[in-house]
Amino acid sequence: MISFARPDDLPDSQRIVITGIGLTSPNGNTLAEFRESLLNHKSGVQDYEIRYFGKTIAGICDFDVRRHQTRKDARRGTRAGSIGCYCAHEAIQDSGIEWENQDTSRIGVYIGVTEHGNVETESEIHEIRGFDYDTKVWSHHHNPRTVANNPAGEIALNLGITGPHYTIGAACAAGNAGLIQGLQMLRLNECDLALAGGVSESIHTFGIFAGFASQGALASHNDPTKASRPFDKNRNGIVVSEGGCIYTLERLENAKARHARIYGEIIGYAMNTDATDFVLPNPERQAQCMNMALNRACISARDVDIVSTHATGTGMGDVLECDAVRRVFGESDKTFINNAKSFIGHTMGAAGALELAGNLVSFEDHVVHPTINLDELDPECDLPGLVKNEPREIGKIDYILNNSFGMLGINSATVIRRM
Amino acid sequence: MAPEEIRNVILDILTDIAPDEDLTALEDAVAFREQLELDSMDFLDIVMELRKRYSVNVPEEDYPQLASMDSTVTYLTPKMTDCVAS
Repeated sequence: MISFARPDDLPDSQRIVITGIGLTSPNGNTLAEFRESLLNHKSGVQDYEIRYFGKTIAGICDFDVRRHQTRKDARRGTRAGSIGCYCAHEAIQDSGIEWENQDTSRIGVYIGVTEHGNVETESEIHEIRGFDYDTKVWSHHHNPRTVANNPAGEIALNLGITGPHYTIGAACAAGNAGLIQGLQMLRLNECDLALAGGVSESIHTFGIFAGFASQGALASHNDPTKASRPFDKNRNGIVVSEGGCIYTLERLENAKARHARIYGEIIGYAMNTDATDFVLPNPERQAQCMNMALNRACISARDVDIVSTHATGTGMGDVLECDAVRRVFGESDKTFINNAKSFIGHTMGAAGALELAGNLVSFEDHVVHPTINLDELDPECDLPGLVKNEPREIGKIDYILNNSFGMLGINSATVIRRM
Repeated sequence: MAPEEIRNVILDILTDIAPDEDLTALEDAVAFREQLELDSMDFLDIVMELRKRYSVNVPEEDYPQLASMDSTVTYLTPKMTDCVAS
């Protein structure tokens, strides 16, 4: 096993902290709103209809696009770009950073995405269909909208950031992957401030709904708010949602120098690969990923107060993740387990970052938000410490482990410590 | 389509592609770029919308004709004689 320097032994220039959070979720457009929803059973999943596919359900965000973007930029760009611009601005405002005094060449933008370009390509094909598929009416905006760096690039363009920007394509592990990339770039001194997290515009592509439906993995329920039900015996798949969450990450020395509020320190992280199947998770590798993150954080499973599970609500996905969590945390009687997808559905590229944000507040209020819609717990998902349906006050909280996994066997885990 | 109708078409397109701009004070003899924040991608939008809405093709060598409202209307009038206002 590789040994890592203890987080406390690292110089402040190598310790990376979260100092600002900007988010939009189907059930809130600020951290406070999101947290309140997570403590009060407020979903954000509703009826939805999309061309070709028809009626379904989705988690839809209602943030004010005009708050940080001109109408023209919103029209020229993508929904993912608009989500990114909103979250980035909100995170910067939340951080208290004096933007006008920032050297924007030392700011990096690292945004996780599950996929990008499907929405825009489908729209263009839909458009040219009305012209007998004449490609002469294919938009000149298509390429800048669909380049894989688009959401990060739109954020950089909007804010005048001239440091490095790119997206991290990491399926549904992307939110954590964005965070990890930001942390690494700060440690490498490639930037002084990282805007890092994830975004998703996936509800605007019919293909993702059709694909999950064909796979037998798209959730349905008469009551949209009950459709996303990880760990429940009657779960029947994924609720596709849009959303975004971007953090300002800084080196501890910078955060201290400007007396910033610190939400937490990222003391551990890991990413690995199943290499066993296109879609089915591998609990052995997921457990290995969590253990690697704990190892890097120099803590044991018993130290972790909250595990935020990926918990998509698919039959096999939940069972296999619970197997993995049991392998790591089965012996820990002080670890509490939850997930946010039961409230908001699966925000895809945003999920890892957004779900972590929903739990970070626990460092202050000592409450663990629950997993909801558990009417009949699946015995195979009956994890010790699972916080069922109602929030639970547990006292001082020091460590959170945040899981995010994705197709093609991509696994990620981050460990955050209270400061 | 009469010149005044063509002007309205262009105004309608500009409303879509430059939604933050106030077009009420637009001076027809002055270049669009001197009054509005338009870049080359916006001018391509004008060309694209003319193609989509009225099947009017503006070849690349004629793009300079779209510099101002006056020059645009003058250029399009013979091309849009048979077009019907939508």
